[in-house]
Amino acid sequence: MKRVSWLIPTVYIVFLMLPIYWLVSMSFKTTNEILGSFTLWPQNFTLDNYRVIFTDPTWYMGYVNSITYVTINTVLSVAVALPAAYAFSRYRFLGDKHLFFWLLTNRMAPAAVFALPFFQLYSAIGIFDTHLAVALAHTLFNIPLAVWILEGFMSGVPKQLDETAYVDGYSFPAFFVKIFIPTIAAGIGVAAFFCFMFSWVELLLAKTLTAVEAKPIAATMTKTASSSGYELGLLAAAGTLTIIPGAIVIWFVRNYIAKGFALGRV
Amino acid sequence: MNKTVNQKAWFFVLPVLILVAFNAIVPLMTVVNYSVQETFGDNVFFWAGITWFEDVLRSSRFHDAMGRQLFFTFTILAIEVPLGVIIALAMPRKGIWVSVCLVLMAMPLLIPWNVVGAMWNIFGLPEIGLLGKTLNTIGFDYNYTRQPGDAWFTLIMMDVWHWTSLVVLLAYAGLVSIPDAYYQAAKIDGASSWAIFRYIQLPKMKRVLTIAILLRFMDSFNIYTEPSVLTGGGPGNSTTLLSIDLVKIALGQFDLGPAAAMSLIYFLVILLMSWIFYTVMTRNEEQ
Repeated sequence: MKRVSWLIPTVYIVFLMLPIYWLVSMSFKTTNEILGSFTLWPQNFTLDNYRVIFTDPTWYMGYVNSITYVTINTVLSVAVALPAAYAFSRYRFLGDKHLFFWLLTNRMAPAAVFALPFFQLYSAIGIFDTHLAVALAHTLFNIPLAVWILEGFMSGVPKQLDETAYVDGYSFPAFFVKIFIPTIAAGIGVAAFFCFMFSWVELLLAKTLTAVEAKPIAATMTKTASSSGYELGLLAAAGTLTIIPGAIVIWFVRNYIAKGFALGRV
Repeated sequence: MNKTVNQKAWFFVLPVLILVAFNAIVPLMTVVNYSVQETFGDNVFFWAGITWFEDVLRSSRFHDAMGRQLFFTFTILAIEVPLGVIIALAMPRKGIWVSVCLVLMAMPLLIPWNVVGAMWNIFGLPEIGLLGKTLNTIGFDYNYTRQPGDAWFTLIMMDVWHWTSLVVLLAYAGLVSIPDAYYQAAKIDGASSWAIFRYIQLPKMKRVLTIAILLRFMDSFNIYTEPSVLTGGGPGNSTTLLSIDLVKIALGQFDLGPAAAMSLIYFLVILLMSWIFYTVMTRNEEQ
């Protein structure tokens, strides 16, 4: 039994790593080697693919754009979700349950349904092709998720904490910033992680709402794929680089994920 | 927790309400608007009533896409949920291996969806992909761009690869929240490992698993980018799921009316199923 329980996660992780390995190994190959022969690892190791990406602004600006709108979105989503989640976890008010479910329904909205109307809406108010447009569009599914996660964490904090603080003479804003937010730091970490994740990986809306100025890296990849033939090595290098920000974020929140979920209701 | 009634709480919710409403209601109204009108271009619209809804509901194209979608969603749920639970049960509980496992397992979740599609597209190619080449070498006639069965196999493998970790993370969080005292009590009673799973671990994971299933259900019903990069809905229409079909109609043929009607029907189906699920979930909690 001991041996088996060690085996299962290992096999699973190997399965997860195989396609990633294939992508990374391909990024160090020349296009000729990729198309010409089947090699398990790069025979003519090359960094040319990465050199192209780091010297061509249309490539590396894609990363800057993606990181910019993802950051705006994460900050915005968590900032507005904090008071709302507090309200849902502490008070009852007219229509609270309906409102909560309505928020969740937006998490269910298929991006394919909203792509065209979003384009028209954001063009009409003049923010098409800005980082703000993508960040705002992504709040549609990230705010409900952030509220949902934070509400779970806040409900786990006993109400006596609030009452004691008021007795000690804290005003509500002082209590919220100095006591309450540090208490649910793990929850904020988890919520921010999920906002980052869903904004970073989404492409359909990000692509629809941008043209040149704010074009995400993922869109640069699809356009290159169709315009300049089939440069697999370059695509693989660009793909490999999109994995890195995610990996860094996971490393920072790894302890929050295990503990964080357990503390909250999620 | 007993909550106090306080109507001023609405002010706390207001920023969320404004932002989400701006993003949800205006576009939704646009879709509703399209769904009841006919256009011949030049921004001239005619009232079409519920014609589009009738057309969509009767069309075999929509039935087929819906059928494929349901098959896809239930297949991946049937694989990912049990697999995720098994992996979570087998994961270490303490030590550095926890961090290593969590970080490695979370990686697929943070790869942009079109990169996931592209990665599997290359991985499965019969000539140059590791998976495709291996399968062909050991004797399978595997080519996902030509054979519908292979396309489905690749699609489901890709989704299992991509999302099982979410179930693992959630199930694992449920498991670590069980106090040691429970296990000690079970040991004293001489409970079998099946009994521990059935009466201690499963009830503790019930809530997180419900969330996992709900999230996976909603997201797999909305899946667009990965299959569109992987197979583009092909070969033929064999892997055309609802979202792909919708984008084909809306942006490919620019049939806004039928596309909008289809969008609304599609959205209502997700809404209805999630509502049933949510109600069952919250009812269980109250008990």
